[in-house]
Amino acid sequence: MDLLMDMQSLYLLVPMAPLVGAILAGFFGKAIGRRGAHTVTILGVLVAFLASVVIFQDVLAGNTYNGSVYTWLAAGDVRLEIGFLIDRLTVLMMLVVTFVSLMVHIYTVGYMAEDPGYQRFFSYISLFTFSMLMLVMSNNFLQLFFGWEAVGLVSYLLIGFWFTRETAIYANLKAFLVNRVGDFGFLLGIGLVLAHFGSLDYATVFDRAPDLANNTISIIDGQTWSLMTLICILLFIGAMGKSAQFPLHVWLPDSMEGPTPISALIHAATMVTAGIFMVARMSPLFELSDTALSFVMVIGAITALFMGFLGIIQNDIKRVVAYSTLSQLGYMTVALGASAYSVAIFHLMTHAFFKALLFLAAGSVIIAMHHNQDIRKMGGLRKYLPITWITSLIGSLALIGTPFFSGFYSKDSIIEAVHASHLAGSGFAYFAVTAGVFVTAFYSFRMYFLVFHGKERFHNAHHDHDHAQGQDHTPHETPWVVTLPLVLLAIPSLLIGYFTMGPLVAGDWFGHAIYVNLTAHPAMVELAQGFHGATAMALHGLTLLPFWLAVGGVATAYYLYLVRPDLPQVIRQRSGLIYTILDEKYGFDRFNDWFFAGGSRLIGSRLWRWGDAALIDGLVVNGSARVVGWVAAQVRQLQSGYLYHYAFAMIVGVALLATAFVHF
Amino acid sequence: MFESIGILSLTIWLPIVAGLLVLATGGKDGASGGVDGQRTLALLGAALGFIVSLPLWTGFDSTTAAMQFVEYADWIPLFNVHYALGVDGISMPFVVLNSFITVLVVLAGWAVIKTKVAQYMAAFLIQSGLINGVFASLDGVLFYVFFEAMLIPLYLIIGIWGGPNRVYAAIKFFLYTLLGSLLMLVAMLYLFFVSGGSFDILVWHKVPLAMGAQMLLFVAFFFAFAVKVPMWPVHTWLPDAHVEAPTGGSVVLAAITLKVGAYGFLRFTLPILPDASHELSWLIITLSLIAVVYIGLVALVQTDMKKLIAYSSIAHMGFVTLGFFMFNSWGVEGGLVQMISHGFISGALFLCIGVLYDRMHSRNIADYGGVANTMPRFAALFMFFAMANAGLPATSGFVGEFMVILGAIQVNFWYAFLAALTLIFGAAYTLWMYKRVVFGPVANDRVAALTDIDAREFLILATLAVCVLAMGVYPFPVTEVMHVSVSNLLEHVAHSKLLP
Repeated sequence: MDLLMDMQSLYLLVPMAPLVGAILAGFFGKAIGRRGAHTVTILGVLVAFLASVVIFQDVLAGNTYNGSVYTWLAAGDVRLEIGFLIDRLTVLMMLVVTFVSLMVHIYTVGYMAEDPGYQRFFSYISLFTFSMLMLVMSNNFLQLFFGWEAVGLVSYLLIGFWFTRETAIYANLKAFLVNRVGDFGFLLGIGLVLAHFGSLDYATVFDRAPDLANNTISIIDGQTWSLMTLICILLFIGAMGKSAQFPLHVWLPDSMEGPTPISALIHAATMVTAGIFMVARMSPLFELSDTALSFVMVIGAITALFMGFLGIIQNDIKRVVAYSTLSQLGYMTVALGASAYSVAIFHLMTHAFFKALLFLAAGSVIIAMHHNQDIRKMGGLRKYLPITWITSLIGSLALIGTPFFSGFYSKDSIIEAVHASHLAGSGFAYFAVTAGVFVTAFYSFRMYFLVFHGKERFHNAHHDHDHAQGQDHTPHETPWVVTLPLVLLAIPSLLIGYFTMGPLVAGDWFGHAIYVNLTAHPAMVELAQGFHGATAMALHGLTLLPFWLAVGGVATAYYLYLVRPDLPQVIRQRSGLIYTILDEKYGFDRFNDWFFAGGSRLIGSRLWRWGDAALIDGLVVNGSARVVGWVAAQVRQLQSGYLYHYAFAMIVGVALLATAFVHF
Repeated sequence: MFESIGILSLTIWLPIVAGLLVLATGGKDGASGGVDGQRTLALLGAALGFIVSLPLWTGFDSTTAAMQFVEYADWIPLFNVHYALGVDGISMPFVVLNSFITVLVVLAGWAVIKTKVAQYMAAFLIQSGLINGVFASLDGVLFYVFFEAMLIPLYLIIGIWGGPNRVYAAIKFFLYTLLGSLLMLVAMLYLFFVSGGSFDILVWHKVPLAMGAQMLLFVAFFFAFAVKVPMWPVHTWLPDAHVEAPTGGSVVLAAITLKVGAYGFLRFTLPILPDASHELSWLIITLSLIAVVYIGLVALVQTDMKKLIAYSSIAHMGFVTLGFFMFNSWGVEGGLVQMISHGFISGALFLCIGVLYDRMHSRNIADYGGVANTMPRFAALFMFFAMANAGLPATSGFVGEFMVILGAIQVNFWYAFLAALTLIFGAAYTLWMYKRVVFGPVANDRVAALTDIDAREFLILATLAVCVLAMGVYPFPVTEVMHVSVSNLLEHVAHSKLLP
């Protein structure tokens, strides 16, 4: 009993430690100073990480926990609780979140060293860590939604961190609103869950789910839909917002306006994967609807392929990585649709490491380049930034799925899982994720070659910047607080797939945390059967199509950007229309601005001018006042004040009365 | 008789007496030494008013739906009119809320109001007592007297301390609400006769009524309450009144006065006319959803900050009426929670705009930009309230909307669908305004010259922020108070009272 109590306090400690750090740095930032702010927040996250490690071992020893902390609200006979569910899915997420967050906290000491909003920044990222932990540790839909919106809030605050920049405050409003569109669906999904299951508690809902599998709902007269399909699609709309799936992906590239550390933490490693985590958590519901799974898979496939294309033409180092993130999130979503939830979480984990690494490395390059982010003005940096160069190479190799690197195991598993799926749309998805491999390899190494190899193109670029300071323009390696996280992230990017592939994908590591109907969706069975050890898988991978597609992508990038650097310009000119489409990002931004933003402003102003001002106020309110005024004015004529008018009226009246008496 | 003045009487008469005292010390302007005394006396009165209301919360028995703290005395025996007071879980929170907001309003007018200070403070104190009377009345005539009398202080507040167009706004406000309540008087007289000569509201709850009579009474009560809420399309007085009212007037208007209308639906319409309420629920639901969607879009295009928040108020009150007519505990309790929460949030937002207006003398969004550069502490608090207005979880703004949406989806998916659009609209109009006012580079010299909030302003806003946060993180105690009363009400409304 004592031990159990201790574990519960430990669960509470995990989110609370970063929260305390955030409060101290946020409210008392001036008092504790810069050093104080980064010390308390780093300590808070460190405590959370260490506690997560202890909990991880406890869960591995077979202990799970599902219990409430307090009752948030009661209405009718339903109680909504704040509580924790600690199982293998949760602890894996806790470890990833706290580890990446810790790395980003340390890195920020270097990256934000000169920023006047130093304490505020630390407060925000610790607040984010708290929110994200509440999200993943939740044992119910309500708290999930709390965390969901709270990470959205912090994302909003951090994208707009440099709030004097027009682009930043445009981007953060856009991010918040697009996410709200997703949350709109998500909230309706939660509402339907409560209405039909009578509870928002995961365990209760998942227990009852099979009984409701064949229920239908008629929300449009004459059409009946499967209840489970409707719920799952609504919930998934939430995931589309948070995890930036087509067509709600538009906010993520713009979110790069925020400082680079949060691009790594929030917009690559953790927050954007909340949608993936959520669907995996809801696997007992999604497994009951093939339609919803198909929907998930197709949306993911579109995102994986078409967002990858956009990465090819970006020249901003962060935007290349951002489109790569979109594409990789698409891969995870495809895995969810193929019922390979554990594969999706596996890719989530490996991606968290190598993508955080790539972002932080990009940030390191940006520091060295004095905040110039244009990769056309870089080149040859490997000489000057050796640690950044090596770690970036590791990250890129992991991203494109080089055998033995972590990304290889997760990405190949996704491709195999889709191959094994028989749902509608799986053919397209298989094509998309396979073709995506070539695209990924091409844009990754295009960036890699442009930044680290080839001619040094930054000598001219620096003329606009730092002119007054007369600094040494030779880039040099960033301080240890920046490079240490790179190295610590490079290690798992390289190794973690090799060691965890067996249990996570081929084994039943997640146990009851993830439910798959293996007879209907046998992808995981086929994956497990085809697995004969991590080494064998990597060696076999060398003979498979995806590997050679990746090699092709790298070779193409090598040829175009190192051997014949004149060619890309020519190709770009020849492919006018395609280039324009890609440059316009398929026109989504323009359309959304015109249709949704402009449209609602137009309707709003019409309703206001015509409805409120003209019709209600003009016609009815002031109109009736005018009618009263007019009647009064007419009646006033009768009160002329002349005695003979009144006498005349009296006589007429008496005459009329007399007539009436006589006749009736 | 005076040996036991009830708590409710105290909450009503203490602020009124304090207001009269302040008024008595007032008189001519110019005696600057006297002004401080008047302010202090007013604050004292408001604080005492709040303190005497606290036993209502601490001593409340949340296990019964019966009226508590009941006081009963003859008033006009000839017509069987009584001085009958009492509160249940539905009305009690609003007496406490109103007494609390009054303290903040007195503080908010502290340094800002420079002309006719005593009269200004007195108007708010007297109004506070009258509003407590509305929520505590158990007698129809008493209710009506308070309901009408509370208009007068607000009419004066807008008409004397208001903006340039204050006379139009004050008269519009007064006529709108007066016309509404006249029909209610007719309805009350009818109920007096059919109930065999009683003005007791609880007796009216039990009077059987034919459908035709119920329908007519519903319409009569509807006008009185819908104007106050205000519901679309009788809402156009509110933006005008807000724009012209001084900050304190807007705060009371938004935080308390609007709640009186919504409260009327629960105290009169639903229990007295259950059959007509079910029959005509489509009307209320439609108007509520129009408020959420139509008004949400209208709020988006406002260029005046106060108008924007006024429209936002209407949209948020749409949730209240929507929730009430879902006839389930999620909806009704959600509506009540939304009423309290909206009191805090809209009050805070009007105070925030007041902070800016006191410095820049403009409510025009376009005159601002980059306020965060010069007023960082203010920007942080304003951000918090903006997010609360957008219904962010862990603020009180989320709780009510969430509950009403959960209540609505059990009745009809599309009600919830339309109501949930507020997630998008609410965020759009609030945060877009925030972006244009607070974010960005310093827009002009006047913004550059702004000074951050002082200790008094910080205290007021921080107090409200704590309330909003506490209610968002732990709303359980608030709903616990309402629970039994709401269940009892729903039970009552579920039974037809048509004549056999």
